[in-house]
Amino acid sequence: SPEEQTPGPGWLSEEVKTGTTIIAVEFNGGVVLGSDSRVSAGETVVNRVMNKLSPLHDKIYCALSGSAADAQTIAEMVNYQLDVHSTEIGEDPQVRSAATLVKNISYKYKEELSAHLIVAGWDRRDGGQVFATLNGLLTRQPFAVGGSGSFYVYGFVDAEYHKGMSKEESQQFVINTLSLAMSRDGSSGGVAYIVTIDEHGAEEKVILGNDLPSFFDQ
Amino acid sequence: NKMAATATMMPFFDQRVSSKHDLVPDWTGQEVSTGTTIMAVEYDGGVVIGADSRTTTGAYIANRVTDKLTPIHDRIFCCRSGSAADTQAIADVVTYQLGFHSIELDEPPLVETAANLFKASCYRYREELTAGILVAGWDRRKGGQVYCVPIGGMLVRQPVSVGGSGSTYIYGFMDSNYKAGLTKDQCLELTATALSLAMERDGSSGGVVRLATISEEGVERRVILGNQLPKFSTH
Repeated sequence: SPEEQTPGPGWLSEEVKTGTTIIAVEFNGGVVLGSDSRVSAGETVVNRVMNKLSPLHDKIYCALSGSAADAQTIAEMVNYQLDVHSTEIGEDPQVRSAATLVKNISYKYKEELSAHLIVAGWDRRDGGQVFATLNGLLTRQPFAVGGSGSFYVYGFVDAEYHKGMSKEESQQFVINTLSLAMSRDGSSGGVAYIVTIDEHGAEEKVILGNDLPSFFDQ
Repeated sequence: NKMAATATMMPFFDQRVSSKHDLVPDWTGQEVSTGTTIMAVEYDGGVVIGADSRTTTGAYIANRVTDKLTPIHDRIFCCRSGSAADTQAIADVVTYQLGFHSIELDEPPLVETAANLFKASCYRYREELTAGILVAGWDRRKGGQVYCVPIGGMLVRQPVSVGGSGSTYIYGFMDSNYKAGLTKDQCLELTATALSLAMERDGSSGGVVRLATISEEGVERRVILGNQLPKFSTH
């Protein structure tokens, strides 16, 4: 293999990445975000229980993918900027504001960064919203998937998503999607984290490996 | 490689010798590829196979009505993905070898035999070839069978298999919707839906959906045109 310059385990020389599968979906009254928990450096899994759903504010979360360092830094910067902004306006920030702050960093430093953050949350003005910020664009979508594992489930989410899903249906949709992606993508795995955000707040949940749905060949 | 999800069926294009030719479009220097999504499913009594119909040279669609379901023998077909030239050449060789073998045997050949012939060529010339092939058919000994011969020349039998650049997008759909014991019509619907989903997401797949069922009774072919394909709520 071309990268065998330094002997020793991969994690000494490989960049740390959240290989990943992330997803966010809007339902009537809120959003559900989901992620796997694997962080890899080359072939080594350096963290098998990382929570890639990072809070930006009380009712706004983001899902991290790509380079672990880049994604975490963006999330921390936006968390700070959003704190300042919400103090200035004297109320909870809009989800669109949080997504715009993420987009501004992703676009300005797009040559140096390799991270994709999906921003999702609930605000009083527009309810549940999901924004994709890939490569520095900003677009609102009914649902968004990202990370290396997402390629394997584009077909599944296209077929299964429909408008007007309830909170429980959305949670099950997210869990099924994560489980399918984790079973096919070598860079995704571990446990599934989901966060459900509505007007009452954000509820975090972990689903352990053996509690995830399994499929015909498992 | 940041995009860690590389599929075994991704086609890649030859390096362009020169990009200064403004007199001719870029695609004249690109290798012809069956970008593709292919799929094969076993059911009790036969197999269902399907493929899209797009052949590309770079960004140009050289053939929008390609037939990637190639007969190898009366009850054995192959689905081709990767380089159009490589897969056609291999299929021709195997068709000859299998025909000869069947005459010697004085019996219809086994699907497993056809699959092993594909494997032999794909493995021996693995450095020169870009071919991902699904071999599927019916024989008296084991009924309907699907064998996967991806790039590199491995051979494995699977109850359901997908291939080609578009296949990455439908692994999740296939895993969640396939179960053992489906009927022929359920397999046809599963294949048509899966191919439509992949064609929607993969730029190298598109056109019409070609389907075929192979069983003891024979081969039945059908085509689903663009406007008759299943539609999904995301558009």
